[in-house]
Amino acid sequence: MKPGDIAIVGAAETTKLGVIPDMSQIQLHADAALNAMADAGLKPVDIDGVATAVETPQQIAHYLGITPSWVDGTSVGGCSFMIHVQHAAAAIASGLCRTVLITHGESGRSRVGAPPRSVPPSSLAGQFEQPFGPLGPPSLFPIPVLRYMKTYGVTHEQLAMVSVVQREWAAKNPRATFRTPVTVKDVLNSRMIAYPLRLLQCCLVTDGGGALILTAGERAADFPRKPVYVLGTGESVETPMVSQMEDFTSSRAFRVAGPTAFRSAGITHADVDHLMIYDAFAHLPLYGLEDLGFVPRGEAGRFIEARNTAPGGKLPLNTNGGGLSYMHSGMYGMYALQESVRQMRGIAPAQIEGAKISVCHGVGGMFAASGTVVFGNQRP
Amino acid sequence: MPDPARARPQPTPETQHFWDGTRQSELRLQRCDACGRIYFPPRPFCPACASRSVTVFVASGKAVLYSYVIHHRPVPGFTQPYAIAVVELAEGPRMMTNIVECPQTPEALQLDMKLEVVFEKLDEEITLPLFRPARVDPS
Repeated sequence: MKPGDIAIVGAAETTKLGVIPDMSQIQLHADAALNAMADAGLKPVDIDGVATAVETPQQIAHYLGITPSWVDGTSVGGCSFMIHVQHAAAAIASGLCRTVLITHGESGRSRVGAPPRSVPPSSLAGQFEQPFGPLGPPSLFPIPVLRYMKTYGVTHEQLAMVSVVQREWAAKNPRATFRTPVTVKDVLNSRMIAYPLRLLQCCLVTDGGGALILTAGERAADFPRKPVYVLGTGESVETPMVSQMEDFTSSRAFRVAGPTAFRSAGITHADVDHLMIYDAFAHLPLYGLEDLGFVPRGEAGRFIEARNTAPGGKLPLNTNGGGLSYMHSGMYGMYALQESVRQMRGIAPAQIEGAKISVCHGVGGMFAASGTVVFGNQRP
Repeated sequence: MPDPARARPQPTPETQHFWDGTRQSELRLQRCDACGRIYFPPRPFCPACASRSVTVFVASGKAVLYSYVIHHRPVPGFTQPYAIAVVELAEGPRMMTNIVECPQTPEALQLDMKLEVVFEKLDEEITLPLFRPARVDPS
């Protein structure tokens, strides 16, 4: 599989984002899938591959009336969809199927038709983390942050700047949940959730969905939309327990997925015009910038503070406003992918003029998994 | 004594020795007989070299505070704010725990501070390994 062999020919989010109490979780998948099929000019009969997470491929295929010859139910958290892109690309390239639909839908806020979230008490996390009082991602994901801050001398103000800059991007996006500007002081005065992170450094909890349609790059010109090519991909996993990360200042899964994607795309950092780094919490962009090699170890806080990732900066990052301000249904990876596709199509609300290459980097669980996709809008 | 409302671990055959240990005020780790790796959480083989020849031993109970959050949201069995901590044991592995006999504040909870294990009974079967600031060594 070479860069450009596979293309995105359909991409869409749910019609509404935010609070959608009148749709169950599977209907959010379907709403996004129907929008993506309309975007690509396709019907269910044209789809022969299905990938999804949390919900199973059989649920999605049956609900949408699809008869697949290839399915992928990889469900490793919010970056599952980046990993689906890699798997779908390999499946299409090897002839297992021709046209793949990847769906995400999540009633993260309204919890309509959504499975309960629980950690089995006999699992290793249930035995060796849950008894000590965690309550979901806001209590667990920030566990490594104080060690990272001490190791590199990162300040609370630098960590707050992540939220400030992303709100600046969100202000340009009519679909963003939060658009009112915030200051470092606002962030540091917001309610404490899990020290050192405060409310404005934690993602939103919303309802929504998204879907992508992939096919061979050589067919892409036959579709109505400007094709977006998959140039490279990477994936990895580390541990289901954040307490057992090898290195609290860096994600091993990031260090495998990111460089693998760069190598397979044959690009360098200087080639990247636009970047998405899954920001469930404010420290994620710091780890991502360093683990993907955009800045030296320990420099990401200063890099963001100096407005390099802000509107007008040299490395536009999370231009939809991110999980901190745009939307976050629980598995945000699909929305990061949608923004990369919009940027490559040239239709993003905060469009980066002349952008040709976008890197989209996802995390799953609490540094448990990672997937990276490099997109381009020209076939190499 | 920990509030019995907190999440209760359910031991499996592979972890039973750990929970039997805490009930006897022992923090039990495993060492690989083949490569010497000391590891946690428990499993009956070495995650470094896959040897099935491993030995359970009693750890020193000494640790340092490696990282933590101070959680401010309500959770059954806890009075917020409370620290959810990761400690690095003297033997090498890290584990999640709570820090007791210490104010739950950033000022009191300094990274790399010395800690020692204490065992707190949750019920007849489960005793949790928690950590407190190390007492000053008289030597």
